[in-house]
Amino acid sequence: MDFKNLKEYLAWLYFQYLIITGIYVLEPWEKSIFNSVLFSAIAMVIYTTYVFVPIHVRLALEFFSVVQ
Amino acid sequence: ELMRTCLVFTRLLLLQKNGPGTGVANSLPRHEPFEQAPMYVAVMTYLGYGLVTLFGYFRDFLRAVGLEKCHVAQERSEQKDFVPLYQDFENFYNRNLYMRVRDNWNRPICSLPGPVFDLMERISDDYNWTFRFTGRTIPNVINVGSYNYLGFAENNVDFLKTVAEKTQEYGVGVCSTRQEIANLSLHQELEQLVANFLGLESSMAFGMGFATNSMNIPALVGKGCLILSDELNHTSLILGARLSGATIRVFKHNNMHSLEKMLREAICSGQPRTHRPWKKILIMVEGIYSMEGSVVRLPEILALKKKYKAYLYLDEAHSIGAVGPTGRGVTELFNVNAADVDIMMGTFTKSFGACGGYIAGKKVLVDYIRRHSHSAIYATAMSPPVTEQVIRAMKCIMGQDGGDEGIRRVRQLAENTRYFRARLKEMGFIIYGNDDSPVVPILLYMPAKVVAFAREMLRRKIGVVVVGFPATPITEARARFCLSAAHTRPMLDQSNLLILRYLLIHLLNAINSRLSHYHTV
Repeated sequence: MDFKNLKEYLAWLYFQYLIITGIYVLEPWEKSIFNSVLFSAIAMVIYTTYVFVPIHVRLALEFFSVVQ
Repeated sequence: ELMRTCLVFTRLLLLQKNGPGTGVANSLPRHEPFEQAPMYVAVMTYLGYGLVTLFGYFRDFLRAVGLEKCHVAQERSEQKDFVPLYQDFENFYNRNLYMRVRDNWNRPICSLPGPVFDLMERISDDYNWTFRFTGRTIPNVINVGSYNYLGFAENNVDFLKTVAEKTQEYGVGVCSTRQEIANLSLHQELEQLVANFLGLESSMAFGMGFATNSMNIPALVGKGCLILSDELNHTSLILGARLSGATIRVFKHNNMHSLEKMLREAICSGQPRTHRPWKKILIMVEGIYSMEGSVVRLPEILALKKKYKAYLYLDEAHSIGAVGPTGRGVTELFNVNAADVDIMMGTFTKSFGACGGYIAGKKVLVDYIRRHSHSAIYATAMSPPVTEQVIRAMKCIMGQDGGDEGIRRVRQLAENTRYFRARLKEMGFIIYGNDDSPVVPILLYMPAKVVAFAREMLRRKIGVVVVGFPATPITEARARFCLSAAHTRPMLDQSNLLILRYLLIHLLNAINSRLSHYHTV
């Protein structure tokens, strides 16, 4: 795989994503809908992780008496 | 226990008949690996289909509400309260999945389908609902989709001299059926030649290959007979079997245990309710299966047939002319006597560059078919130029026209097949089928991959045939290559293999095989 620059590599990655999820066959506006839904779902997951995972980790450690 | 002794007996029988492991039959790979893809590939395939189906429902909703114009047939408003016409899965699939990608099928060709051909360029402005031609052609596209195994689809004037002469003598239309008044001497010459070619007593030729199967099986079996048909048989065989009215049972593809179990059960229990013995038991198999490229296990089936006194119908549509050292088909490949097969059927479409089919066997059988087959009585006879094309192609293969062009082509096809398959396996793709079969399916699995593959190959000037859901199981979409003796090594090498390698590895990530030891990137 010879990529001349990062842009080409990212384009290839996007093409792989289109092909594997099957979105490649849809019309552009349908692709946009799916991409935005997926992107917002991933954004929500990241936000929830950022907000809640430290709290849960601290509580778990307190429960197992590692940190008071 | 009974089964085991019977299987042991079958193996002993084979050993006695064919000798202990010499000859062509045992050098063929007994395992034709139908390698399964890794689990994540199956998951991704279902995911792809699921997402597109969801979008299909969404678009159907938009059409029903009226936000989008419906391009397909719709019921009239007065019919809305009746049984729905277009809601079944087939119509749903057609509207929402097939229409999006149908520019990869039915591409119009504007030259003869030789090793390279010209395509008409067509584009669509509304996502494949309608097409228009730009007026340009795409010249010299390499053809790996046509069934042109020996390269007889050619327009070389020297080769076609006799065809032109016969056309001037007989014309083009025959204007009648064989039984009425269109039994030309040319037809009888063809049938004699086919019988000589196969080494059998007699044969009969028909105008259409599909009709040869579907119209002749009803003449051979009827109610009270049993048909044991392979899982992956062609639609023409299935249609003929259903039309005949016989009981049909399906055995697993190329699986001798399954076939033997069914034979024993059929003979022991007889017909379903009355338990009378079956009038006839007919085993229907094909020489090469066109979607898998696998070859039938002929010696074993012949042993079973003799043991249980069944009849064998062998459909050599893809294998006649294409396999075997001199192109005589699977009987030559396995070194068995062609007279052992009761009914040999084949077509002229694939290896002979014409159209039509034949049935060959004992003279008694063929005479019976001449009188009782629908195709013989009602279908128009073969056209004279087509008949002469088959005659000249067959003479060429047999060497009767005084040269060695025929045998050269058969050998070139075998070499191309071996080379192509070996290189593809080396690259790590999952290929189905026997190493000798010129039909090479590459498994691509995901629906978007087959579509992208077809489009990208056309952009790089190679015309491939890709097959998807209804014709293959849902998780096994594939691209199918049909090799030809007319493909030269540079054609296979530089264009096909390099482009394939680039496409399949770089763009489509289709390396799934765990069996390959050489993964080159």
